[in-house]
Amino acid sequence: MPFVSPEIFAKQRIAAIQDYSILSWRAVVNLFSRPRYWADIYTQMDSIGVGSMPIVVLTGFFTGCVLALQSATSLKEFGSVSLTGNLVALSMVRELGPVLTGLMVSGRNASGMASELGSMKVTEQIDAMRALGTDPVRKLVTPRLYATVFMLFFLTIVSDAVGIAGGALVAVALLGLNASSYFHNSYRALAYADVVQGLTKPLFSGFIIATVGCYFGMNTKGGTQGVGKSTTQAVVVSSVFIIVVDFIVSRAMIGIFGR
Amino acid sequence: MSGDLANRSVSPSRAGAGSAEASSTEAVVAFDDVSIKFDLKPVLQNISFTVFRGETRIILGPAGGGKSVLMKLVDGLIRPDSGDIRVFGEDITTMKEVDLFKLRGRIGMVFQESALFDSLSVEDNVAYRLHEDRVSEEEAHKRVIEALQFVELEQTIAKFPPELSGGMRRRVSIARAIISSPDLILYDSPTGGLDPITSTTIVDLVIKQRDVSHTTALMITHRLQDAFLLARNRFNSKTGKVEPIPNDGIDDSTKFLVLNEGKVVFDGTTHELVHSTDPWLRDYLS
Repeated sequence: MPFVSPEIFAKQRIAAIQDYSILSWRAVVNLFSRPRYWADIYTQMDSIGVGSMPIVVLTGFFTGCVLALQSATSLKEFGSVSLTGNLVALSMVRELGPVLTGLMVSGRNASGMASELGSMKVTEQIDAMRALGTDPVRKLVTPRLYATVFMLFFLTIVSDAVGIAGGALVAVALLGLNASSYFHNSYRALAYADVVQGLTKPLFSGFIIATVGCYFGMNTKGGTQGVGKSTTQAVVVSSVFIIVVDFIVSRAMIGIFGR
Repeated sequence: MSGDLANRSVSPSRAGAGSAEASSTEAVVAFDDVSIKFDLKPVLQNISFTVFRGETRIILGPAGGGKSVLMKLVDGLIRPDSGDIRVFGEDITTMKEVDLFKLRGRIGMVFQESALFDSLSVEDNVAYRLHEDRVSEEEAHKRVIEALQFVELEQTIAKFPPELSGGMRRRVSIARAIISSPDLILYDSPTGGLDPITSTTIVDLVIKQRDVSHTTALMITHRLQDAFLLARNRFNSKTGKVEPIPNDGIDDSTKFLVLNEGKVVFDGTTHELVHSTDPWLRDYLS
């Protein structure tokens, strides 16, 4: 990697942030003017939302299972194994459901977007689209952004539900707890603030996945090697962003709701 | 080849409308002192030229001379660092992207590597612009068939680009560019990387489009054979074939622009090109 002066490096980073911000802004506001590509939005919802269901269900379910198993060990020391339901529900809804779903969807779709748009970029298909009078941001980025934000919200709910179900399976089958009391405790543990916090996070994660994936895709350079690089960068950057923003949103929510 | 052409007489090759349009003084593309740099490296320097209505401008020059960049500048896909570019009389250097999309509706572009959309069928590729304009399916299908018949590829309508050969992809790309009857067509190396026979097929299509629709066009080529094929052949609508212009004639609407290392080395007619005394040009043409 050639050495560049700190000044050039800083300028490049600032230019990248500026480009990312402009792309994100345009992707958001495009939905408020014509033409709108509804068919592409539905296609992306199917691809991102329905297509991610298997990994989200599996991840959520086994996370719930392992959470019940691990927490029971600690709770046993305090004689509070019956509180397993509380712990699983709170952890899944507030933190693990949104974050793990975001990370899984990021791995699957931020990479998919970066490689798809990156391939289009290096084969001049993006330029061809502009030459044919279509705004590529409107046609390619806006549908992916809205589809990801919308579907990630519901995928998180699915993940939370199957996570609590997975915890129930372990609690009943391995820990010998009563199913009714597990679900009763889970339900009782959750407050309005927990649900709001858990369902606010996927809105941010969805935005990050789509904009970062599309940004790296649309800025791909250097042929097939460039496509590979963009794909890797998209997953790495979006995953890190998701975790950082998760912390910021958690802190803000605790500040607002007091828990 | 150039020597051969030097002995030819310059005569009007196209009867009626063609000649009238070629003599039109309406500038379709006008570059005025245009320069652009990439990463501090000058790619085009002080380029000025004008393409008039009905003209076919062949852009010649060695690889890396900035020809493709010039083509993208004409379509507003990139913006120059300095200078003015006017297309259909409108200054595109300061034009908003939204307005550029509208302007590009009047321009058809054939890319170097075809740039067909891989995930769309040939029909959807060719009909792309019609779908964007909300043309009815029936009408779009009819026009796709017509465009594919023009490039003699109607049998590939249901195929996908990866199933086609390089030459076929190039022809589909031409069909996509001409479907909306544009006022200006930009051919970016349409024969690049193709075998001589397929290249001739593509050049024949460019000649056919020139002589049937009299559309203003810019065509980049590395191959002198292709350039002179365009200059000394015409499309015969009676036989439906491309044939040499009688009496060793040269198409007077076909002109040349030669670029080397980002600068204009020649701007003029075929006759002027082959009679040029510039040593670099003579060496390049020989």
